[in-house]
Amino acid sequence: MDTVVLARALFGSSLGFHIIYATLGVGIPLMIIIAEVMYLIKKDEDYSIMAKRWTKGFAILLAVAIASGTIVGVLLSLLFPGFMEMVGQVIALPFQIEIFAFLIEAVFMSIYLYAADRLPTWLRLVSIVSVAIGAVGSAILITDAHAWMNTPAGFEMTASGEITNVDPWAAFFNPSFFITALHVSVSAYMTVAFIIASLAAARLLRKGLSNEERNYHKKSLTIGIYLGAVMSLVTAINGHETAQMLHDYNPRKLAAAEGLFETTRYAPLSVGGWTSREDQEVKYAIEIPYALSFLAGDRFDTEVKGLNEYPEELWPPLYVHTLFNVMVGIGTMLMGLAFLAIIWRWGFKKPLPGWMLALFVGGGPLAMIAIEAGWCFSCIGRQPYTIVNVLKTTDAATQSENVGLLFVLFISLYAVLLVVTAFMLIFYFKRHPVQDELAKSEV
Amino acid sequence: MEEYLIAVTILWSFLFVYSMLGSLDFGAGFWALVYGKKKHTNASSIANRFLSPTWEVTNVFLVLFVVTLVSFFPFATSMLGTLLLIPVGLGLILLTIRTTFMMFSHYANKFQDLLRITSGITGLLIPALLVSILPITLGGFVVIEDGYPQLLYGKLLTSPTTYMHIAFGISTELFLSALFLTDYAREANDHSAFGTYRKQAIWLGPLTLLIAVLTIFTMPAEASWLVENVQDNLYGFGMSIALFAIGYSLLFFKQKNGKLGYTRAAVTFVILQYGFAIYAYGSAHLPYMVYPHLTIEAGFTNTNMFYQLLIGYIVGLSILVPAFILFWRLFLKDQRYLEQK
Ligand code: HDD
Ligand code: HEM
Ligand code: HEM
Repeated sequence: MDTVVLARALFGSSLGFHIIYATLGVGIPLMIIIAEVMYLIKKDEDYSIMAKRWTKGFAILLAVAIASGTIVGVLLSLLFPGFMEMVGQVIALPFQIEIFAFLIEAVFMSIYLYAADRLPTWLRLVSIVSVAIGAVGSAILITDAHAWMNTPAGFEMTASGEITNVDPWAAFFNPSFFITALHVSVSAYMTVAFIIASLAAARLLRKGLSNEERNYHKKSLTIGIYLGAVMSLVTAINGHETAQMLHDYNPRKLAAAEGLFETTRYAPLSVGGWTSREDQEVKYAIEIPYALSFLAGDRFDTEVKGLNEYPEELWPPLYVHTLFNVMVGIGTMLMGLAFLAIIWRWGFKKPLPGWMLALFVGGGPLAMIAIEAGWCFSCIGRQPYTIVNVLKTTDAATQSENVGLLFVLFISLYAVLLVVTAFMLIFYFKRHPVQDELAKSEV
Repeated sequence: MEEYLIAVTILWSFLFVYSMLGSLDFGAGFWALVYGKKKHTNASSIANRFLSPTWEVTNVFLVLFVVTLVSFFPFATSMLGTLLLIPVGLGLILLTIRTTFMMFSHYANKFQDLLRITSGITGLLIPALLVSILPITLGGFVVIEDGYPQLLYGKLLTSPTTYMHIAFGISTELFLSALFLTDYAREANDHSAFGTYRKQAIWLGPLTLLIAVLTIFTMPAEASWLVENVQDNLYGFGMSIALFAIGYSLLFFKQKNGKLGYTRAAVTFVILQYGFAIYAYGSAHLPYMVYPHLTIEAGFTNTNMFYQLLIGYIVGLSILVPAFILFWRLFLKDQRYLEQK
């Protein structure tokens, strides 16, 4: 494999690893706030225990989030110096401001973790709210750099490739910034809500739970379901706007997402299937008539550009269609599941049946898969460009040898860390089962 | 002052802060390992109590340094990225192992020994790798082939100056952390830990100074430009030695209340000592980032970007100051935290 391919593979895997912990790092603080606030309102000891246990899990995950974030931050400069040369000239602000978001999060996280018992309630809440703001702030800021790569703005380029007339704030507020930042934040909240629901549902399916335990897990399941319902709805509505943004600014990516070759009005949406380059169609797909045109422009007669408008060497890999389907499919299913559960409880006034709990157990991992698929779709769908229409990936990557060695080392590291963190979480929570804490609060 | 000089001064200041914080952080990890078992448990728990809340903040300063480097000097990334791929890549792997294992050791008592040993050892290896970057910039270890820079690993690994730099980095780390923990132990009223760390600081201090002076003599022929510049900057280095002499001797005076050593003042003087030395070294290094291939000026970004970033640093740091004060009061001053058993 050549250096460029290795660099892309290494960077993509590193981000794929980081995003697992990063998403949890963005979402869990919000869950902790909700538990703390519920405790304030209802004075129910269970919520306080919940906040404490989530904080413990968060602390374990945060260590890996920070370590892997440091890795991707530095690797970006090492592997894609050509890209960073442009970043430094045009879009350095979000990277810089992000550091301050990290600092705020780090300082208040230490305060919340190690000084909670010495703080008055209001200062404890201020701390955890600061942690949540710092985390989502850093996600939004890094997404800004990503959005700028999709819709570059704030500079001009001479024929010789020199960058002039730089306007850092125009780059910061590039056209896709707000939509993308919202999509990333709400999808992270949605994912963590479903993961909390997963864990609670898995516990509730066990036999022989004490009543206190059952109540405790029911409460955390309820939080997961409601937050999951709201966030998945917002994610889907905003995902629809994201697709329209693609239609306006990046039609090549939308065409690849849908396997559309010819420019058409009344374009159908293809669900599932496999895009075939030779036959210029999506095979074995279910077609929903007019739906793609509607998705792109809110009208059935919207003209959607096809891949044939572009030379073939500018097409992204066509399997991005599958990545897009996975994201949208999981999003739709989980939204359905959460609303079904709410209707079940409100309408039928019945506890959730076992089969629905079993579905919820799968929900958390599926949401994480949707995050991975969405990001891979976005980054791979941008190929062959790193900065759309400005910088090709081959010009952005390092020329250094030795990337192969690092690739092997880093992938092994990620594999080990995934196992070790899972082991740590299981080990810790086995050693400190919730019934002990529930029993303690009884006396 | 030229804009690029302002930029490099800011960058250098972050390097100074990180080298101080990093020394405390990695050094405390090492001492926690050394004193983990046996009779010195106090010394170990003092080190851990300092480390638990602070490592995240320290880590952010590393990221801050990298981001400042590429945003102020984007035209340097190409060369630095290519040259430093392996040393920095290996450093990242060790750093990740250290961070995660150190954090995990709080949550799994059963595996504490293994986790602590790993994080302690990597606490020595990481600074060693990081300071080994310095000689690369001095000249003689880089060749340009087909327009791309290549690092001469063989020459770097067999050159005495590399090992002197590493020795200097490690002794600095251990000296600074021992000295700081002496003061931290005093603040926590822990006499046994105080005695332990004071003893370490007393022999490490002069050793560090000796290694620093010797390092200059091992500089390769290609670095003669730097040695000349150092001789022109003797004022800064002289100040540094004088500050060390004051700070070091403060460890031996008795205070009025009978306590041995003005530890807080000693820490302050030693930090000033390093401040003078680092800025003197930095100005001796001008105008090169990597001799003779890359100058500071050639790496510099455009002025629009520079001024926006400058405003960003001013605003960002002024928002953070209150948070840091709260942090300081809770973990470095609050007796309830310091004296917990
Ligand atoms: C739980 C995760 C999740 C779910 C359920 C969805 N998304 Fe998403 N989507 C993401 C998680 C995500 C993401 C991982 O956060 C991405 C990757 C890049 C980005 O900006 O957000 C993304 C990107 C992304 C993009 C590409 C943006 C770009 O490349 O610039 C589009 C067009 C959509 N999404 C559209 C949708 C639609 C129509 C959904 C309907 C339900 C949907 N997403 C659900
Ligand atoms: C959109 C996807 C991403 C999200 C949601 C995200 C979120 C996070 C979160 C929550 C953390 C831990 C916060 C903390 O420091 O306490 C983190 C750490 C970090 N991330 Fe990411 N990140 C993403 C992608 C990236 C990318 C692409 C980079 C590099 C360019 C990056 C660089 C970093 C760095 C450097 C850290 C460590 C900061 C520290 O030292 O504390 N992240 N990220
Ligand atoms: C955190 C979730 C993310 C994942 C899972 C992800 C995934 C990937 C993958 C798979 C690639 C390789 C694409 C290919 O070469 O075919 C890639 C490339 C890249 N991504 Fe992302 N990405 C993420 C977020 C980001 C963000 C937030 C940024 C912006 C700073 C970013 C910047 C890049 C760059 C610069 C490259 C390399 C150049 C290129 O291939 O275009 N990524 N990413």
